[in-house]
Parts: sequence; C-alpha cells; structure tokens
Amino acid sequence: MITSFLINSLDRRGRFVVGLLVLLALLVPAGNLLVPEANAFHVSTYQLTLCGKYLTYALLALSVDLVWGYCGILSLGHGAFFALGGYAMGMYLMRQIGARGVYADPVLPDFMVFLNWKELPWFWHGFDMAWYAFLMVMLVPGVLAFLFGWLSFRSRVTGVYLSIITQALTYALLLAFFRNDMGFGGNNGLTDFKDILGFPIQAPGTRAALFAASALMLALGFVVASAVVRSKLGKVLVAIRDAESRTRFIGYRVEHYKLFVWTLSAVMAGIAGALYVPQVGIINPSEFDPAASIEAVIWVAVGGRGTLIGPLIGAVAVNFGKTWFTGVLPEVWLYALGALFVVVTLFLPRGLVGLWDRAVTGRAKPVKDVDGSERQAGEAA
Amino acid sequence: MSFLRLLAIWAILILGLQPALADRIADADLAPRVAALGSGGFDAAEQAIADLAGTGDDRVPTILDRLGEGELMVRKTDGAVFFAEKAGKDFRLTDPVTGADAGLAPKATLEKVKVNNRIRRAIASAVGALTLMSSDPVVRRSAAEAVMKSADAAAIPALDKAIAAETVADVRAAMMAARATALLASDAPEADKVASIAAIADFGSRDALGFLSGYTTADGAVGEAARKAAAAIESRLMLWDIGQNLWYGLSLGSVLLLAAIGLAITFGVMGVINMAHGEMVMLGAYATFTVQEAIRTFWPDLFDYSLLIALPAAFLTAALAGILIERSIIRWLYGRPLETLLATWGVSLILQQAVRSLYGANNREVGNPSWMSGSFALGDIQVTWTRLWIILFALAVFLTLIAVLKRTRLGLEMRAVTQNRQMAAAVGIRTPLVDALTFGLGSGIAGLAGVALSQIDNVSPNLGRGYIIDSFMVVVFGGVGNLWGTLVGALTLGVANKLLEPYAGAVLGKIILLVAIILFIQKRPRGLFALKGRAVEA
Repeated sequence: MITSFLINSLDRRGRFVVGLLVLLALLVPAGNLLVPEANAFHVSTYQLTLCGKYLTYALLALSVDLVWGYCGILSLGHGAFFALGGYAMGMYLMRQIGARGVYADPVLPDFMVFLNWKELPWFWHGFDMAWYAFLMVMLVPGVLAFLFGWLSFRSRVTGVYLSIITQALTYALLLAFFRNDMGFGGNNGLTDFKDILGFPIQAPGTRAALFAASALMLALGFVVASAVVRSKLGKVLVAIRDAESRTRFIGYRVEHYKLFVWTLSAVMAGIAGALYVPQVGIINPSEFDPAASIEAVIWVAVGGRGTLIGPLIGAVAVNFGKTWFTGVLPEVWLYALGALFVVVTLFLPRGLVGLWDRAVTGRAKPVKDVDGSERQAGEAA
Repeated sequence: MSFLRLLAIWAILILGLQPALADRIADADLAPRVAALGSGGFDAAEQAIADLAGTGDDRVPTILDRLGEGELMVRKTDGAVFFAEKAGKDFRLTDPVTGADAGLAPKATLEKVKVNNRIRRAIASAVGALTLMSSDPVVRRSAAEAVMKSADAAAIPALDKAIAAETVADVRAAMMAARATALLASDAPEADKVASIAAIADFGSRDALGFLSGYTTADGAVGEAARKAAAAIESRLMLWDIGQNLWYGLSLGSVLLLAAIGLAITFGVMGVINMAHGEMVMLGAYATFTVQEAIRTFWPDLFDYSLLIALPAAFLTAALAGILIERSIIRWLYGRPLETLLATWGVSLILQQAVRSLYGANNREVGNPSWMSGSFALGDIQVTWTRLWIILFALAVFLTLIAVLKRTRLGLEMRAVTQNRQMAAAVGIRTPLVDALTFGLGSGIAGLAGVALSQIDNVSPNLGRGYIIDSFMVVVFGGVGNLWGTLVGALTLGVANKLLEPYAGAVLGKIILLVAIILFIQKRPRGLFALKGRAVEA
C-alpha cells in the first residue's frame, strides 16, 4: 500500500528519474563487472566509484533542496549532517578493521593506540554492529537537526539569521572534530578501511554494489521527497516559503512543518554521507568546512531549486565540471565556480530546469513566488 | 642565572660603573689570592673564593665568573693562574690581575682549575654579593634575585650590608626577600624563619612562589606560614593572570571589531549579506604588502611610515572593489538576501583565486615598522606595541565611522535610505549613488582592517576566510544595524574567548563561544541591541 502510494506520488518526470536511477543501478555495475575491458561499453572501476560519489552528492543536494527550494530555509550547514552520517559509517568501518591495523590492536583503532588510549570511548561502543551503525547514520544527524530546528524555529529565527547560525554550527563541529581528544581521529579523520559487511571494500564487486546502493538510495530519497512535496504537507511547506506569517495566521503551526522537513532532510544528508565514505575511503573534518556546505547549495541553484530533478542534475553537472577542471586547468576551477555562483543567482533563478522549461514551453514559469518568500524573510532594504 | 650574572658583570665592566664600596686593592695583594684558587683542593678553593669576595675588588667577579666557566688554568711550572683561551692547538694566557698578555702555552703545560657544584654555588653567591653593591639599581636587583635563587646562608652578611645601604624601595624588597630565602635555608630559629616567610610573601614574585612551594609540606609553624604565604602569592598572581587575559581579550576584541565594523555597515545598515567581506580585508592586506614593497625598493628611508601610507591605498583598493561589486552584482539582488549571499560567495572565490594568481599562494611578509615592534611590561602584564596600536586604531576607525554617519551629509543620506528608501528617493536623494557609496565605505573599512591584520596574521589568499564567520557572529550578536552593538559585541566576544582559553583550551573555548552565540540568537533573534520599530519587520 505504501509502495503504491509512493509510486503514485510521482509525476511523469519523476517516474522517468526513478526508472533511470534503477536502470543505472543495474547497467553500470554490469558494465563494470560483465563487459570485458576492451569493449566500448566497459565502465572502469575508477569511473564507477566517481559516479557513485556523484550520486551521493546528488542525494545531499536533494536534501538541501527539500528545505531550501520547498520551505525557504537556506541551510549553510548541511555538510555537517552529511559528515556526521559519514563519521557514523566511518566508525563502523574502523571497527571492522579489527586486528589488521598497523598496531594490530583487536579493539582500538590505530589512532587511539597512537594517542596511547587504553580503552574505547563510550560513544564508540556498538559501532562494531552494522545495524547499530546504520541506525546511528540516520539518528545522529536527525537528532542534532531536531534539537537545532526545535530551538531555532520555535524562537522564529528565519532568513539570513538562520543561514548564519547553520554556518556557525558546522564551523563549530569542524573545530571540534579537528581536536584529537574528541576521539574521531582529529585532523586525519578515519581511513584505511578494509571490510564492509564482511566484503573487502576495494574489491570490484563491493564497489559495484556500493554504486548500486547509492543509485537505489537516491531513487528512494527522490520518491520520499516527491511524496512529501506533492502531499498536502508539501503545499503547506510551499505556503510557508512564500508567506510564513500569513500561513501562521491562517492557523498552521509553522514550526512543526519546518521541523519535520528539516529533520527529514538532515537524515537524508546523513545517509548520503554514509554512502559517500566507503566509496571515497576516508572521512575527515574538512567535510565540515562551511565552504563545502555552500558548494552543496550552489549545486541546487544550478540545477534549479524548487524542483526535485534540479538538484540531481546540478550536483552531477557541477561535480563533473569540478573533476574535469581540476584535472585539466586546476587554477581555473575556482574562477569557474565563483562565476557559476554569480551567473546562476543573477540570470538563472530557476536553474537549468527553468531554462529547459522555458525552451520547451516557450515562456518562463513565474518566479514571483520565490522572490516573494525572500523579501518576506528579508531585511528593511 | 648565569645570564643574570653575566649581565651584572657586563654592566660593571662596560659601563664603567664602579661598585659602591669597591676599591681596587693593589695588584700585589690581589695576585696571591688569585693564585690560591689553583693551589689544589676544593676546600682551599672555596676558602680562596670567600677571601677574594672579601676584597670587594671589581676584578673579582670576572675572575670568579671565568672560573665557573672553566677558563681558569694553572701553569704547572710555577703554579701561576691565568685566563686561558684556546688558540689553535695551544692556549693564549692572560694575566687575570693585570690583564697583560702572557703568551701562548701548549696544553700539556697547563692544568684546569677544577670546579664542582659546591664551588659553583660559592661563586654564585660571591658574585651575587659583590654585585649587590653595584651603583646601578637594575644590576643590584638582578643580583638580589640571583642570590634568592641560590638561597645560600653565606650571602646573609653581604645582604645585610647591602640592605642597610639600599635606597631604592623596590630593590630593597628584592634584597629582603633574598635574605629571607637565605635565612630559611639556614638553621636559624623557627621564629626567624616564619618572619622571613612573611618577607618573601610581601615580595610575591613567581620565583618566590617556586621557592615557598618547597616548604609548604614542612611541619609546624614554618610549614603553615609557607602554605599561607604561597596561597596569598598565588591569588595575587592569579589577579595578574586575569589582567593579562583581559588584555589579550581586548586585543582580540579590537581585531574582531576592525573586521566586523565594515560588515556592520553592509549587513547591518544595508541588509546586504556580503560573504566577500573577508576578501576585502585580504585586499587591504595585499595593498599594504604592495605599498611596503614599493617603499622598500624606491624609498627605503620612508619604511617606518609605510603603514601610514598604506592606509589610504588599502581603503581605496577595497572601496573601489566594493563599489564595483555593488554596481555590477549586488544592486540587482536588493531585497533577496539569500541570493546576495550566494553571489557574493562566488565573488569571494574569484577574488581569492585572482590574488593567488597574482601574488602566489604562499604567505607574504609584511614588516613591522620600528615604532610598532617590541613590548613593555605593565606590572606583570606584557604589552606589545603592535597590539596596543591595533586597539587604538580600531577605536579611531570606529569613532570616525560614527562621526561620518552622524555628522556628515553622506551619513544622513545613508540613514535616510536605510529607513525608508521610497521616501528618501522622493525628497531627492540619489539612492543608487548612496547604495554604492555605503557599500564602498563598508568595504573600505574592511581594507583598513587588512592593514592592521597584516601586522599580526599571515598575509595569504585565505586571510579573509578566517574572519568572515567571526565577523558575522559579532554583528549578529551585537544587534544588526547598531554600531555600538558591534563594539560591545566584538569586545565581549574577544574577552570571553580569552578568559575561557586558560580553562578550556583555545579550540574548545571557541566552540563553547559559538554554541553560546547560537543559543543566544534563539533567545534574542535580533541580537544584543535590537533595532525596534516597523523597519525591522519590513
């Protein structure tokens, strides 16, 4: 019943996206494992892992879009939820190393032995069990977002103030995770993973499976987000985005709606982080960098916020550009990224999807609603 | 200690200051006493040292000091003692009494005068006692401190003599403390010891605390008095520590203030979120670097004024960059603060990369002019000139800005546009021009901050990144649109940060502060000094 409800919540474009993702989850691993290397359709393990990374970014972008595009909350700290999910996964992977570390301690990860710690800190307990770790991947970002949102939305911190304190949140976490005595490996983070669920993490089969998991999880996230925004709840969210005070005066408990979508979005970001870590092979505090969170926002803006397909396109396109530029013309990349921020905000308020819509229908969809929301949340200017 | 002793000797010899009571005795009287040092046996040497010290001759400290350094040698043939300096395979000998050159001698013909710890102590206290009578109060004070560290009962008579002759209260207190430590180490009666602890407590330096801590575990009246005295000194030193941290806090607060005032204009007054604000600071710092390099190359005489010359250059560079950004990007985004935020972030990336391409990614060195280097002590508080100037500079910039806003035509128009744009336009104010100038002013002030920061921070393309979040915190905490709030916010955060640091460590202190600000904003979403009225919600 739930499945049919979820599927029915998709529009034509949504079904296409989900279908494409499922197809990718089948074809790309097949192209890696089954097609011989000489064949033109062969997908190298490098390309497979790279694409898998893009898909986790896309899930992060989708979570940012859910709060920004549909509820008008510009988070400059979603990277924090992404990184927390990643750290939860990283802790599980660290515990799986067991006695194969450099110091061969059966319980303690290498960095703890190096710091001369005698026993496991309490918050590391349980991470040797996969189910517990996977639960924490969702729970830790979720609870943090719930507390943060509960405090902020209740006291009606909105607009740029909220953006700035989300940035302060991720900055505080960045500083905290850099500390060695926090017990998360400090500057170096967590790395040198060996196994995931008993399978060697470097093996082509595992990598293919991780790619498929990323694609399917993105599809699932897309379906859930679609169900949310197309429900009555979603209409209220858009109403909050466009006229928060008016929605409140009509009688909706604005902070409850915001808190729900904010927490859901953080959980999605956490899952994205958890899928990112085993594919990249490392998690360190730089993921908490405020700059990383702002980059995630620009993926959404490039693709088109307020559409569900936009963030997917934006995340993949921008990151493909990043990979290409940093390989060919590394010094040009920051110029290109900076120009992207400027050009998109000035000329493409609805992103690539808006551009496509205009090309297809011959006229732009009205953008008034987006502007109105900002003005409402904004300053005296 | 050896440094202090050398200092004392240097002062006596180079400045030609004769010790107050030191008469030079005849060479013929001094020579046999010096020769006695090398006559063999530690007991004899110790006796000889006391004998030499008793002469009060101003050549004795040098002789004893070189003895301590192991540079005194005996000629085996006649038992005469010389200063020996290595010269190739041989040693160059100098007569310690007359200073006459006694030629070269091979190593085999010489024997070093042996020194052990007992002898070293005797040397230290003898030199200390001798320099206690110096005519320079600084030398006397360091001599007293040297005696205090050695805590040798043998120095008591010399100290008594010096105390009786001493006229400077400060130095006298140091001598009393030294006498007290010497007494405490001796086998004097308990009552005298308790009294001497009181004298040490009055003096109250870190050394005194270190010395007393050796007695806090002792039994009886001495132990108790020592514990009490140590506690008293500790609490006094703690007050100085708090004073020092307050100073550091003010210094950090002034840096935050400088970085944040410009933001208080662009964000607080105009409502523009300028994420490239930190890059304006960076531009100011690089302008300073460029000006200083030019001065170094073409007019090296003007180097001391380079920062003053850089001030207008940095202001104009950043202000022009700001006006350019406002005219080309920000003016299309008024009323859409979140878009402004993203666009200016893009600008900040471009500026960083541009500076990296022009100047390279490495840190650039901006020199200190002579009037900004060095430091002085205020009680137990160390004050560096750089920090003092930056505090004064920050206050000057702040007051100038207040004056511009309150007293000039431009300031009046700025406030008018902020409060009611349509009305301002209706009465004939050219609002686009005012927008550009306001943004230019805010950016220019960031450039001025760059001049100051170039003195204490690394001038690199990432300079601005480190300040942007802190600056936003200051402005939001102080209350948007309120310059006095920015001042209070910057100083509060600076001082709170530095007072937390000794307990929590630098990083944890900062985290605590960030979390505290996040919670504070929940309580007062508009900051410490919120603007009231309709303009706020519009």
